[in-house]
Amino acid sequence: MDELLTILKNNALEKPETIARMLNLSVDEVKKRIAEYEQQGVIRAYQAILNVDQLDLNQVTAVIEVKVTPEREGGFNRVASRISRFPEVQSVYLMSGAYDLLLFVAGRNLKEVALFVSEKLATLDGVISTSTHFMLKTYKHHGVLMETESADERLQVSP
Amino acid sequence: MPTNDSRSLHSFIARHVVDIPRSGIRDFFDIVSTMKDVISLGIGEPDFDTPWHVREFTVFALEHGATHYTSNMGLLELRRAIALYVEKTFRASYDPEKEILITVGVSEALDLALRALLNPGDEVLYHEPCYVSYRADVVLAHGRPLTVETRRDNDFRLTRAMLERQATPRTKLLLLNFPNNPTGATLRKEDLEEIAAFARERDLLVITDEIYAELTHDGEHTSIASLPGMKERTIFLHGFSKAWAMTGFRLGYACAPPELTEAMMKVHQYTMLCAPTMSQKAAIEALTKPETDVKVMADEYRRRRNLLVRGFEDIGLPCSRPGGAFYAFPSIGHLGISSRDFALKLLEEEKVAVVPGTAFGACGEGFVRCAYATSMDNLQEAMKRMGRFVKRLKNS
Repeated sequence: MDELLTILKNNALEKPETIARMLNLSVDEVKKRIAEYEQQGVIRAYQAILNVDQLDLNQVTAVIEVKVTPEREGGFNRVASRISRFPEVQSVYLMSGAYDLLLFVAGRNLKEVALFVSEKLATLDGVISTSTHFMLKTYKHHGVLMETESADERLQVSP
Repeated sequence: MPTNDSRSLHSFIARHVVDIPRSGIRDFFDIVSTMKDVISLGIGEPDFDTPWHVREFTVFALEHGATHYTSNMGLLELRRAIALYVEKTFRASYDPEKEILITVGVSEALDLALRALLNPGDEVLYHEPCYVSYRADVVLAHGRPLTVETRRDNDFRLTRAMLERQATPRTKLLLLNFPNNPTGATLRKEDLEEIAAFARERDLLVITDEIYAELTHDGEHTSIASLPGMKERTIFLHGFSKAWAMTGFRLGYACAPPELTEAMMKVHQYTMLCAPTMSQKAAIEALTKPETDVKVMADEYRRRRNLLVRGFEDIGLPCSRPGGAFYAFPSIGHLGISSRDFALKLLEEEKVAVVPGTAFGACGEGFVRCAYATSMDNLQEAMKRMGRFVKRLKNS
């Protein structure tokens, strides 16, 4: 992967001026490449990673395994993209193994998610069955630990 | 005539130990450790944590009883893993049964090599600025250190001509450390070839401390042990502290021809017995898993190096581009202040800790060592503060 993307993936707020220094490039070159990645759709969005558990949001997240019948010409894509368009659906992945699609769905409470599953999801053409699990606590999200890491325990000066 | 009980304790201490000066780094540490909110560029160890799989495996090993002595040489499984790694990475092949000795860090390996090889008065050629232990270790082994000073106008390279000027018929060993602490200097292959030729012609043994080899930022690292006719006269030292961020595990190794390994082993067996068993287990885990750990860290050091070098340019501190390790050695000589005063004032006024170059040898005067084993944010803040500080010095 382009080192520029490695840096941004690690910290999307890194300034082009700083990135230019790290990579020995000109600032203009860095800005140009970032713009290109955005245009090509390689970079799709910049988001903050929150520790939702700290926020008391009245929100639950369900992980839902979905079995679907693949369609002739189109396979899983059509039903997957239909599902993806629901705003309560956070993530959708096509999986190998015992089920086909894995969904992360957010709702205000258990009932709201249950309604979404029974009324919207399960009734979609092609959906054979669903299996819903509720998330209890987040320990790590997108490579970021949710607990504060310990302070630097190194000696202040060493050879 | 003083009676026995009036004899001062100081007079009991061996003369050659008394003569060794206190490390300039310890001195500085004492001052820094009394202060709060300091950004330290003075730390000679990685800021990364030891890769989790290594730590996790160490716990597993402890649970499963890795708490006894190992053979003096170290676990054979580890020596075999090291043999494979050194062959692949450094292009030098060693017999894990007879030519690899596991030690408590490169520090112990160096001490063993010097004690095993030096008769009182034998001379050791080494280059300064260098790691703080070299000179002291030579003296502790009753050898005579011969200093070759590397210079900034030459990017702190070491050349055959510089060695020739210092060598005498009593010179027995040549001690090398590239990539270098504190300058970050690396050697060009052609320089290394000439140095090797010099060692062969003068019949010198070479001790090479290549602890920073994996953190080579430009080009490829070449080990002197891989050059023709050198393996048989080289003691190759390496370990896990820097590239794997395993400083506290205290694990290193020496690779050398069987006779030399045997001699070092003798000293090791009577003084250390063996390296910590759980650390040896950890090292097996570190070596036998893919090297992505090392690469991720090395890439980050290189990016920081780039950032820092540009930063020094901006604030007007001339600095050779460090080719490896995680140190930059900018020059402050033109500011009309000693390295020590620069470091003290910078600490006092801007709360940034750097190490005076003189801690690494007299020719380090006029320089400070800045370790970039700290976060990008810290580096940027430190550069800002140093910039302010240098500006004030120039205007005063």
